[in-house]
Amino acid sequence: MTRYDSVLDLIGNTPLVGIHALSPNPDVKIWAKLEGQNPGGSAKDRIAKTMVDLAEGDGVLTRGSGQIILEPSSGNTGIGLALVAKLRGYRLRVVLPENVSIERRQLLEIFGAEVVLSPGEEGSNGAIRRAEQLAAEDEELVMLFQYGNPANPLAHYLGTGPEILRDCPEIDVFCAGLGTSGTLMGVGRYLKEHKPEAKILAVEPPVGELVQGLRNLDDGFVPPIFDAAMLDRKTIVRPRESIEWTRRLLSECGVFAGISSGAAVAGAVKYAQRVDAANIVVLLPDGGWKYLSSGAWTDDIDVVEERATRINYW
Amino acid sequence: MAVTISIPTVLRTQTDGQANVEVDGATVGAVFDEVISRFPGLKANLVGDDGGLHKFVNVFVDDEDIRYLDGLDTKLDDGASIAILPAVAGGA
Ligand SMILES: Cc1ncc(COP(=O)(O)O)c(C=O)c1O
Repeated sequence: MTRYDSVLDLIGNTPLVGIHALSPNPDVKIWAKLEGQNPGGSAKDRIAKTMVDLAEGDGVLTRGSGQIILEPSSGNTGIGLALVAKLRGYRLRVVLPENVSIERRQLLEIFGAEVVLSPGEEGSNGAIRRAEQLAAEDEELVMLFQYGNPANPLAHYLGTGPEILRDCPEIDVFCAGLGTSGTLMGVGRYLKEHKPEAKILAVEPPVGELVQGLRNLDDGFVPPIFDAAMLDRKTIVRPRESIEWTRRLLSECGVFAGISSGAAVAGAVKYAQRVDAANIVVLLPDGGWKYLSSGAWTDDIDVVEERATRINYW
Repeated sequence: MAVTISIPTVLRTQTDGQANVEVDGATVGAVFDEVISRFPGLKANLVGDDGGLHKFVNVFVDDEDIRYLDGLDTKLDDGASIAILPAVAGGA
């Protein structure tokens, strides 16, 4: 039955679709999980709902109270939380690096979030630091803190992981981008328990190259929810390659997805080149809508690549 | 085995401003020993108290994170590129 009482009931149960045209080998099948189909447009709707549900269960949040939720986010988690907050009677303040695409900011605003900008050159580290300062100054603020909240991987352990194994029981490899690591930790743990031979691959942009203004390595950050033992491999995919695969997703498979999706597909294809046969599931965190202004599909690749080194597309 | 190491901005004060350093060595560990002998200030930034990799450093050989290969024992092909990157928060 495709009839629901609330838009929040539309979160999850996203489809898998074959993008085998991008595989270098006909015996390697690649399946894309389209998280852009979530109502707020990204995988982050899942964790937004689970983090709020658990905070309500603990009595930290009370529905309809007008409490203010605070979160550092480069966009998607903020948008997911804005949707949940609106329907559950909370306010939301998002600390957003100023160099994200204009569409992310526009969406946060139309969903009713208050946006506090953090310096772009400090990347997500800067947004986290600013949110921690704001939380320390005002104890009424409720910071759910996706980088350290077990409800983030839990949403993927209870939702994304079981959906993937249900729809692709023959899975050999799971590949996804790494931000908070919630997707990889949650799906990784579920697969390690239920399909231990499946390999877990992480893809990340060269963030450490792009973030400026680190004084020393002790300004570094590893998300508290991250556990290296959950991964079998971690690969860097650079902006140019990410954009090329984002374009090929559209032109060869008709899949309109965001730039981090292109990066995840690049990682999956690289793995596909090394094996004889496999079923690879790759998670595409969002659709292409929020990246139109980047010119990713329309402008000269050199120009888009240069822009992508300045814009936070993860 | 001649390989190139790229040094992140935050560590270039230790390498006289050099962004890329050419070094010989058969494994990441051997290459690190060599580059540390040339630039001793790098040691505390690359190696943690336990002798393993510093917790806020990620090292990639041809874009693969060595923590998931053989760590400091990861073997190098001639012409490999080693990227040292500070661990920072990813977007989300
Ligand atoms: C576009 C995009 N890609 C990748 C990620 C990384 O996901 P995770 O935080 O689960 O590691 C995010 C997180 O929001 C994202 O928005």
